[in-house]
Amino acid sequence: MAELSYREAVAAGIAQEMERDERVVFLGEDIGAAGGVFKATVGLYERFGPRRVRDTPISELAILGAAMGAAMTGLRPIAEIMFSDFLACCWDYVANEIAKTRYMTNGQFTMPLVIRTANGAGSRFGAQHSQSVENWAMAIPGIKVVAPSNPADVKGLLAAAIRDPDPVLFFEHKSLYAMKGEVPDGEWVEPLGRAKVLQQGDDITIVALAAMVPRALEAARILADEHRIFATVIDLRTLVPLDTQTVLAEVIRTGRLFTVEENPRLCGWGAEVSSIVIEECFYDLDQPVVRITTPHIPLPAADALEDAVVPSVARIVSEVLHAADFRAPVGHGR
Amino acid sequence: MSKPDTASIPAAAGTAPLRGADPHTAVASILPQDRLVLYRLLLELRYCEKRANDLFLQNLIKGTSHLALGQEAVAAGFGHAMEPDDYTFCTYRGHHHTLARGASMTGVLGELMGRECGLLGGKGGSMHLTSVKHGVMGSYAIVGGHLPIAVGAAWSAQYRGTRQVAVAFFGDGTTNIGAFHESLNLAAVWKLPVVFVCENNLYMEYTPIGNVTAVANPAADRAAAYGLPSIIVDGNDVEAVYRVAREAFALARSGGGPSLVECKTYRHSGHSRADPAKYRPPEELQAWLERDPVPAYRLRLLAAGVAEDVLRRMEDDTLKQVDEATAACKASPPPPTAVAYTDVWADGGNAWRN
Repeated sequence: MAELSYREAVAAGIAQEMERDERVVFLGEDIGAAGGVFKATVGLYERFGPRRVRDTPISELAILGAAMGAAMTGLRPIAEIMFSDFLACCWDYVANEIAKTRYMTNGQFTMPLVIRTANGAGSRFGAQHSQSVENWAMAIPGIKVVAPSNPADVKGLLAAAIRDPDPVLFFEHKSLYAMKGEVPDGEWVEPLGRAKVLQQGDDITIVALAAMVPRALEAARILADEHRIFATVIDLRTLVPLDTQTVLAEVIRTGRLFTVEENPRLCGWGAEVSSIVIEECFYDLDQPVVRITTPHIPLPAADALEDAVVPSVARIVSEVLHAADFRAPVGHGR
Repeated sequence: MSKPDTASIPAAAGTAPLRGADPHTAVASILPQDRLVLYRLLLELRYCEKRANDLFLQNLIKGTSHLALGQEAVAAGFGHAMEPDDYTFCTYRGHHHTLARGASMTGVLGELMGRECGLLGGKGGSMHLTSVKHGVMGSYAIVGGHLPIAVGAAWSAQYRGTRQVAVAFFGDGTTNIGAFHESLNLAAVWKLPVVFVCENNLYMEYTPIGNVTAVANPAADRAAAYGLPSIIVDGNDVEAVYRVAREAFALARSGGGPSLVECKTYRHSGHSRADPAKYRPPEELQAWLERDPVPAYRLRLLAAGVAEDVLRRMEDDTLKQVDEATAACKASPPPPTAVAYTDVWADGGNAWRN
C-alpha cells in the first residue's frame, strides 16, 4: 500500500493504463506541460510525451469530438473537460453523439473513451464552476457514470473506465483532490457498477456519492456516538450501471433510507434510487425515504452561503434525527 | 468537347476563380476508365435519390429526408478519389456520400423505408446512414457535429501511422457554427490528414447563405484564418471535383495537413421533405438546372468520343439496379421489435442496473 492523494491517484490510474496499452491517449486543456489546472495529471507529459498527452486549445467541441473520432477508429482516448460545468458547452457530444452512435448504427461502432471532469462545490467558485452535474449524465441512455470518493477508487475505477468498451463520464470531485488515502500497490482495477458498503449498522441506511461520502461517514459516527443510531453507509461509486442490489439489501435490513446528494434537488440521482426502493421493497420500509440534497438553486459563491446549501455533516445528522423523531423508534435493530 | 460553363454560375456563387474549370486540363489528368466510373457513380446517386423521392410520394418512406439531387458530382468526385480505408463523415444530407463509398442501394433505401434490410436495421434512419465496412463513418444530424469527429479519426490515423484520410462533408450553413472553427483550428495546429468539404448549395435550410454570412464564400473565405489556402471548385463538374479531391488527399497523405474545399453547387429540391423551396427565384433555379451535373457530364463524355450506347447501357443497368433494390426493400419485413433494445452497450444489451 502506498499513500496517495486523490489527485495523484488520477495520474497514477492514467499512467497505469497508458503503460499497458499503446492505444490509450490523453487530450485536454492544460493537461500536458502544465500538469492540469488541478495538478491531477502531473508527470504524464514528461513520461509519455506530447504524442500521447496532447494539449488542446480551449475547444470543448473539438476535444470531445476528437476523442469520439479516435475511439471509433481504434484508440482508447481519455478527454479532460476542465470543469464539469463546461460539459454544457459540448453536451452535443455527450448526449447526441458519443452516447447514441453505437445504438443508432445497430452496433457498428464501439466507443471506448473516458471523459474526466472536475465536479462539485467547496472551492467557492460560484455557479458556473461548482456544480454537481452527475444527474445530467445519468439521464442519457448510453453513457456510464462514475464518481469516486477516495484515492483507491479513483485509481481503480479510472483504470476500469479506460478498459471499458463503452463511454464513461468520470466525475472527480474538486474538494477531494487533496484527500490522502491508501492505494494498493501494483496493477489496481476496481470494476464499475459495484457500490461499496463502507460500514454496516442496523438502524438506517445512508447512500452517498463522491464528496458526500466522507460527510455521511462522519454523520454516521456522530449518530452512533451521540444518539445510539447505527447506520449502514453505502458509497454508490457508479450511477450507471447502478448497483441496486447492494442498496436494496441494506434498505431491506434497516428499513430506513437516506440519500445524501450534492446535485440540486430535481431529478437528482437519489430520486431514481428512491423510486427503485419504493417500487421494489416498499413493505420493508419503516418510514418514508428521505433525500438530503442541495436545494434547487444555482450555487452561491461566498463560503458562508455555499456551506449553508450543500449537505453538511450537521445537516445529515439533523435530518436523520428529525425523521427518526416522529417515525417508528430506532436504535433497537431489526 | 463541351464548352466550359462556369460563366453561367449565378453571381451568388461567388466570383473567385474556379479550380479545375478547364475541361481540357481536367480530362488530360483523368483516365478513360475513371470517367466511366465517375459517370456510373453519378447515375447511381441520381437514380437512387430520385427513387427515394418516389418512395416518399408513395408513403413508403416515413419521417423526413434530405435529398442531394443536384449535388451528386461532389460525392462522386470525392468518393472515387478515396482509398477503401479512408473515412467519410457526412450530414443528414448523406445518401449520396454513403452510396458513393459502395454501400448498397438496398441498404440505403431499406433504411429510409424502416425495413429490416436497412443499413442500420431500422435504428438510425435517413439522417444516420453508416456503413463502417465501406468507410462510411456516419451521417450526423446535428449541424457541424461531425467535423470534430472527423478530426479525431484523422488524429487516430496520424497516431497509428496509417495513410488514411478523413473527409467531412457539410453544407454552407455549417460554416457559421462553432464546431467548424474549432475543427479547422485543431486540424491545422496538429497537421491532421483531414479534408473539409463544403457543399455550398447557396441555402442554409430556407435562408440564402449570403444573407446570414459575413463573407461571400462561406468556407473558402474563412480558410485564411486557419493558415489554409482558399480553394473553390465547381461542384457540378465531377472531374474538377475529382482532381481537387486527389490534390487534397495527396497533401494529407504526405503529412501536409488539412484542406478546406468549397464546392459551388445547388440542390434541386427543398431542404427536406417538408420544404417546397418556393423561396428560390425561378431564374436561379433554371440556371442551375441547366448546369445539372449528370447530363452535363454525359455531354462531355460524348464530346470526348465515348459511344452513346455505352452510356445508354450504363443508364439502363443502373435503373435496373435501383429497381431491384426497390423490390428487395419492399419484400423486406419491418425490423423485429427486439432490436430496439439491443446495442446500447458494447455487450449488445441495454442494462443500466443489476
